[in-house]
Amino acid sequence: MSSSATATLPVGIEEGGGVARGLPRGKPNSTIGSSRGGRLAMRTIALGYLAILLGAPLVMIFYRTFEHGLAPVWDAVTAPNALHAMSLSLEIVLIVVPLNTIFGIGAAIMLERGRMPGKTLFGLLIDMPFAISPVVVGLALVLVYGRAGWFGDELAAQGINIIFSIPGMVMATALVTLPFVVRETVPVLRELGTDSEQAAETLGASPWQTFWRVTLPGIRWGVGYGVVLTTARALGEFGAVSIVSGRITGQTQTLPLYVQDRFENFDTTGAYTAAVMLALLALFTLLAMNLLARRANKKGGH
Amino acid sequence: MAIQVREVDKHFGEFQALDDVSIEVADGALTALLGPSGSGKSTLLRIIAGLETPDSGHVVIDEEDVTSSPARERGIGFVFQHYAPFKHMTVHDNVGFGLSVRKRPKREISDRVGELLALVRLDGLADRYPSQLSGGQQQRMALARALAVQPQVLLLDEPFGALDAQVRAELREWLRRLHDEIHVTTIFVTHDQEEAMEVAEQIVVMNHGRIEQAGTPRELYEAPANEFVMSFIGPVNRLGDAFLRPHDIQLLSDSEGEGEEALVERVVHLGFEVRVELKLGDGRELWAQVTRETAQQLELVEGQILTLRLPQPRVFAQTS
Amino acid sequence: MASQPASSGTAALAAPRRRVPRVAPRVTGVLGRGLLVLYLSILVLLPMAALTAKAFDGGTHAFWKEISSPEAWAAIKLTLIASVIVVLINAVFGTIIAWVLVRDRFPGKGIVNAVIDLPFALPTIVAGLVLLALYGKSSPVGINVTFTRAAVVLALLFVTLPFVVRSVQPVMIDLDRSMEEAASSLGANNRTVLRRIVLPTLLPAILSGVALSFARAIGEYGSLILITGNLPFKTEAGSVYIFGQIQNENLPAAAAVSVFLLAIALLVLAVLNLLQRRWSRHVL
Repeated sequence: MSSSATATLPVGIEEGGGVARGLPRGKPNSTIGSSRGGRLAMRTIALGYLAILLGAPLVMIFYRTFEHGLAPVWDAVTAPNALHAMSLSLEIVLIVVPLNTIFGIGAAIMLERGRMPGKTLFGLLIDMPFAISPVVVGLALVLVYGRAGWFGDELAAQGINIIFSIPGMVMATALVTLPFVVRETVPVLRELGTDSEQAAETLGASPWQTFWRVTLPGIRWGVGYGVVLTTARALGEFGAVSIVSGRITGQTQTLPLYVQDRFENFDTTGAYTAAVMLALLALFTLLAMNLLARRANKKGGH
Repeated sequence: MAIQVREVDKHFGEFQALDDVSIEVADGALTALLGPSGSGKSTLLRIIAGLETPDSGHVVIDEEDVTSSPARERGIGFVFQHYAPFKHMTVHDNVGFGLSVRKRPKREISDRVGELLALVRLDGLADRYPSQLSGGQQQRMALARALAVQPQVLLLDEPFGALDAQVRAELREWLRRLHDEIHVTTIFVTHDQEEAMEVAEQIVVMNHGRIEQAGTPRELYEAPANEFVMSFIGPVNRLGDAFLRPHDIQLLSDSEGEGEEALVERVVHLGFEVRVELKLGDGRELWAQVTRETAQQLELVEGQILTLRLPQPRVFAQTS
Repeated sequence: MASQPASSGTAALAAPRRRVPRVAPRVTGVLGRGLLVLYLSILVLLPMAALTAKAFDGGTHAFWKEISSPEAWAAIKLTLIASVIVVLINAVFGTIIAWVLVRDRFPGKGIVNAVIDLPFALPTIVAGLVLLALYGKSSPVGINVTFTRAAVVLALLFVTLPFVVRSVQPVMIDLDRSMEEAASSLGANNRTVLRRIVLPTLLPAILSGVALSFARAIGEYGSLILITGNLPFKTEAGSVYIFGQIQNENLPAAAAVSVFLLAIALLVLAVLNLLQRRWSRHVL
């Protein structure tokens, strides 16, 4: 009994409150796993798993890309199709992110502050893109806006091309990134509470003034985090855009589609280079996420 | 500005928060809405403010029926229990918010904010953020903010509820002095009867959405209208249908004259007063409150037998 | 206020309400609401409706015929089995990783914590390429999983890594140590405390992460196509089959399998959500 009891006491309680010898410094950790062996074992398992799954492959791709020197990489980066792919990806992002941010904030306010019938359905529809495969997203859009789709004839009559052209890609990207801003804004809105908004009202502010000067600043970190997630996903979306775009090189290829194109054409350097560009953007996104997560009061990371 | 509330009803779903409530608040008065949680006092305050609408009834401020006006048109100032600070703005911007919303020139706002911060004793903190202030400071900031737009009526919803005892006592005193200086019609909500008694000129006691009694602190204490008011305000002993105040019970030593006999069960020294728990001959228990001198004179000790002289108890007609 | 992990499936809905103040920013207004609903309909509602319509175009009989065609069924089976394996592995490893990130200290922990989100931020096609670089044909460590089912599991593990970790982390941070200490003081050993105090408290978060992992796994596409080789009946996942059918203009088949997998995803989400709520009510 006594030996197990001391083994479960928090570190540091021995030796009169000072740090016990031989054990790592710092606040005592949990009662469980305070045994050195246990903690070390867990750490090894966790870090080992992460290294095998994430770390090593990531290092590998950087290595592979620059394996043959910088020149081939630069050529790959400046190839016209590559440049076009980059600018197309950017263009889509610049349309989708503002749209979904406005939608996201509006929807979050509706869900959290408003009274309306069908709120559950509304919320469910917003969460749907999380459960849908990107391939299915593409298919569903084709079935409505494609040539043989529900609106196919009307759209063709007006000369509007959605599928196999940029509007379709914008829609697909908007669909898969729909939930992010909403979901990140709702908890922050909830935490803000209505008191300060009511205070603003009693001080004479109109609803619009209250929104701009009190609500929006209050939720900006949550919104910012959502925007970062949206941007990252929009840049990297592959499956849905693949179906909807027709993958026409130089015209409807985003950067991720370009990666596939290069790979299938056995241009490994080209593929890896584009992949590395996207990976760098991803790492940049991680940085932004981390900085914002703390401000948005998130615990742990996401 | 005088305030009248006439026959106001309010339901939240099935729950009736206010039932035919009418009150009158005189111009410039400092009034407390007092009651336990769920009594409807906060709801009533918010209806006066315009943050809630009554199901029926009227709210009249300064002879104008404002029942259908929104909060921002009523010229009220509101202070929340948890201060409701604009966390992303400095103290200066918080206090000046109402003025900037009315598009007053920057210079005018600065001047006014300076005045108010001096009034609430927060000068020098204008550039801090609310998170850098203590609770008491944040509440004073909230008050300054509400006063900045020169409201006709000042409404406070449990303003000191979130603060600890010492700060609460200080701010109570301070609110009273502020009111003496400014004379704005003020209504505050509290569940703390001591606070109401200490601060308010008029108290409206509420329970279960109804007004139990309205009057000055003295009136409520000395002439309570029913058993709820008597038990809620001030300490009370209940013996069957009779209610007795502990300090109205006279303790005499055993030999001295007539009265009831009682056994001292426990003596609690609470600083300046002494609480004596007693048991009567027939087994009923009650407690009395005496001064330190009296306790010393009687040499109060457990197990002692005393004679009690009881005052005329109050008995209230049973209401349904 | 402890915020629910934003990755719990119904974060948008789970607000407990007493009295909703009448005052809501009238910013949205009727017109605004109409626009939001319209946007949602154009993007989500209509396409989903069209999808379901197409799947059942030839009636339920046709629907089942498409699902049970040999290649389709093989793809579906592979996807479901692989996803189940993956979420089980994630449940275990994800919890361990969350544990280490919350309770342990070592240099570089901050970086490791940030890197967990990499699969969220990385395009799926790049994920596939990245795995291929190390575990593909020219693997420096001699492990080549291309054209094998193991590749499916590997890719899915990569893309679903963050879900359980991020779901469990906030709960673990909020975990009241005094519960564990109380149990210890009453004589429970480490394992018992883990089993009877900690894990039950973490279970709803784990379930939530599992649900999201599963939904993601059965729909995953981009990371699979390069490394698995997409061999029908062997390494062709459901999403790849759907893609193929779209290429072949066989839309009813694509729609049917899509609806089937989607229904399973929604079902699992709903069931796990229910379990999670039931559990929370009793335990927490």
